[in-house]
Amino acid sequence: MTNSEGDLQANAHAAREALDAHVREIVAWHFDPATGCPFWLDWAAGADWDPRVEIQGFDDLSKFGLFEDEALRGGPVRRWVPKAYADRPIYTFETGGTTGTPKSRISVDDFRIDYEMFADNLPDEYFPRGANWLMLGPSGPRRLRLAVEHLAQYRGGISFCVDLDPRWVIKLIKKGWTEHLEAYQEHVVDQAVTILQAGHDVRCMFTTPKLLEALALRLDDMDTTLHEIGITGIFSGGTEFTPQWNRFAHEELLDGAYMTPTSGTTLMGLAASSPSTPENGYKITYYAPQPRAVIQVVDPDDPDTLVDYGTTGRVKLTTLTKEFFMPAFLERDEGEREMPYAAYPWDGVSGVRPFAKFAKSTTVGVY
Amino acid sequence: MIHFPALRWGKPYESLETEEVLHFATGEPIARVSQANPGIVARDLRKAQKARNALRAVPAVELLERVRKAADLFMTADLPLGDGTQSPEDFVRQQSATTGLSEHMARMNMDKLRFVLEHLDEILDSLTRGLDLEILTRGYGEESGLMRSYQATTPALGMVLPSNSPGVHTLWLPVIPMQIGLVLKPGPQEPWTPWRMAQAFFAAGVPSESISIYPGGADVGAAVLKNTPRSLIFGGLPTVNAYRGNPGVQVHGPGFSKILIGEDCVDDWEQHLDLMVDSVLVNSGRSCINCSGIWAPRHTREIAAALAERLAGVEALPPDNDAAQLAAFTVKGQAEAINGDIDETLKTPGAEDMTAAFRSADRWVEQELCDYMLPTIVHCDSPEHPMAAKEYMFPFATVVQCPQDKMIGAIGDTLVGTGITNDDAFRQQLLDAGNIDRLNLGPVPTISLNWLQPHEGNIVDFLYRARAFQQG
Repeated sequence: MTNSEGDLQANAHAAREALDAHVREIVAWHFDPATGCPFWLDWAAGADWDPRVEIQGFDDLSKFGLFEDEALRGGPVRRWVPKAYADRPIYTFETGGTTGTPKSRISVDDFRIDYEMFADNLPDEYFPRGANWLMLGPSGPRRLRLAVEHLAQYRGGISFCVDLDPRWVIKLIKKGWTEHLEAYQEHVVDQAVTILQAGHDVRCMFTTPKLLEALALRLDDMDTTLHEIGITGIFSGGTEFTPQWNRFAHEELLDGAYMTPTSGTTLMGLAASSPSTPENGYKITYYAPQPRAVIQVVDPDDPDTLVDYGTTGRVKLTTLTKEFFMPAFLERDEGEREMPYAAYPWDGVSGVRPFAKFAKSTTVGVY
Repeated sequence: MIHFPALRWGKPYESLETEEVLHFATGEPIARVSQANPGIVARDLRKAQKARNALRAVPAVELLERVRKAADLFMTADLPLGDGTQSPEDFVRQQSATTGLSEHMARMNMDKLRFVLEHLDEILDSLTRGLDLEILTRGYGEESGLMRSYQATTPALGMVLPSNSPGVHTLWLPVIPMQIGLVLKPGPQEPWTPWRMAQAFFAAGVPSESISIYPGGADVGAAVLKNTPRSLIFGGLPTVNAYRGNPGVQVHGPGFSKILIGEDCVDDWEQHLDLMVDSVLVNSGRSCINCSGIWAPRHTREIAAALAERLAGVEALPPDNDAAQLAAFTVKGQAEAINGDIDETLKTPGAEDMTAAFRSADRWVEQELCDYMLPTIVHCDSPEHPMAAKEYMFPFATVVQCPQDKMIGAIGDTLVGTGITNDDAFRQQLLDAGNIDRLNLGPVPTISLNWLQPHEGNIVDFLYRARAFQQG
């Protein structure tokens, strides 16, 4: 065993111990009548076991069974607010809403904490502190707009934003209104170009793959590039952020600007990626912001069992913050289980894509 | 395994994403196809004018010569494929293996392509009504003392191609000599013809920067349509409806081709039985020019029974059997869905599956990895029966009883209409019918094409706009 392998094993072991301790803390918090939320306290009242006694580590969370996301659809939203935060200002953030009533997650500071953790790892060379940002992605009831704005502020900058309603985009696609779809994309890109040309010293950006592509092509028509117009660092994500697309962007769109993949969801937070480079075939491997959230890749037919490393399975998410407790939720995604990485000494997931059984009925990557 | 790269204006591009193309009967992977992404298409097509410029640097008559040479290479040469080469026999076997077409159908389609390439000068002469192609190159010129000017509507023609019938590739062959670039998005199971034809063109001296091939998903097809001012797409009725009325997109969907027998000829229907069989059966009924409806004022039950009896002998045979007349359904579930739709539609009184009495097996032949649909003839008592408007991708036709004076109004859109009649009034009505695209007057099989005539619109008119031009 090499030193680095030994270090990684030691770090993975330490991370696991920290996770188990975190689980005990979070479970104690959510099932304490003084601090927990009505949803989980009601649940505990109907259960014949006490999570505070029986949950002593991450593996014990399987006693809850699988989390049914229907519980997050519809109200009253206050049942998710921990009593300890009852007097704090509460945000509610919604998932994309690709199917039916969207899921809601309440938040006090979680979105700030998640994005600060991520912001701490952004390279200053490409995301200069004090530089201004452009948030070119979905707005409205999603947390992303506020989160990116907070990230910019946290790093000393100011974030410019545009409106983008992905639910309208989904409707346009389903109706086959291609012209409207293209016009809407043009409208969004118009706003981005206007901001980038307005002398605001915007150097950093969050955007989606489709919008980045549209923006880069628009700039190409204007005989300039993302880099020439001032962008030095981009983070982006979503199911469209594939290795091939990342390679295409690096080789043909970015003109030397730095871009890193991320996977953010309302229910999880923000997962970072290990480096995605030509040397590893632009492979994209996401690592959850452990211990606040844990991603596992499991056998779809036996979700308590992890698949082997390198093997395909369904993504299972557990979220463990003082604001939100969600054990063992089966995402609508699948991917391959990946080994721990130096900066993130726990399991990762690569090749994330819609779960094959659901793929045909889901509209993804639309904006 | 064979690898198909994307072609970006002639330059191979190996994608990090590939899809395997499988043998329809064994499931064995035959090829790995690099998948383009929409951004690549959008970016490349910003340079489409370079493709046209490269073609305009070669005189049109010279391009015609090179294309003729390409016909010979396509039919006989070992051409580059993957890390090696592909012989014509390899091509036949490979195309059959992934599309479900029998090998002799693949050869038949090769012959169609060869014929068109070898006669492109005559075809263009016909489609342009004898225009000197130099006028297209230059943009203007005098003809019979008159100034003519034509402007290209696009530097490159986009095409979203199907997997089911390689004969459709004949439609884009005249494009290169017209000095318009080619942007091809092949069907998932049929990368073979676009690739081999491009290689034949290149070997014959056609500038490589004039052709792009972008394998990929539906988003890549959408990118081709979005980024080319003129494009062709092949698909089902939803596709046709989505692009109907879009002047930049020529849509090729189901043909609903028909044979209409007039009052004056219907008593002699037996004379035309061979024509009907060929129209329904050739190329396994997959072409838009295959007949899916035979309409007559009387004797329709006898016609349907006679056709059914003739077609009932057609069996599902292995693709390398020279007697194989049926192509396989390679997409699991497709044949089952079609079979279910037929059964469901037959529940409405007034239609009968006439082949059932002559067939020993079920209509749907299920095999481990693919399916076959045996020829099916349904008799309909009236044009109002829902079955009368059906068309499927196998030898299927309805024989519909309909008074002659109601026929043209009831048949709906018809790509090829063969009118068997000597009645001058009915012939004139057929000539005037706006719902019939290609009209055959007299006993001509629907599948018999005259290549010198336009198909679903004149490709020259689609790619060039006549305009006024004066010079001081």
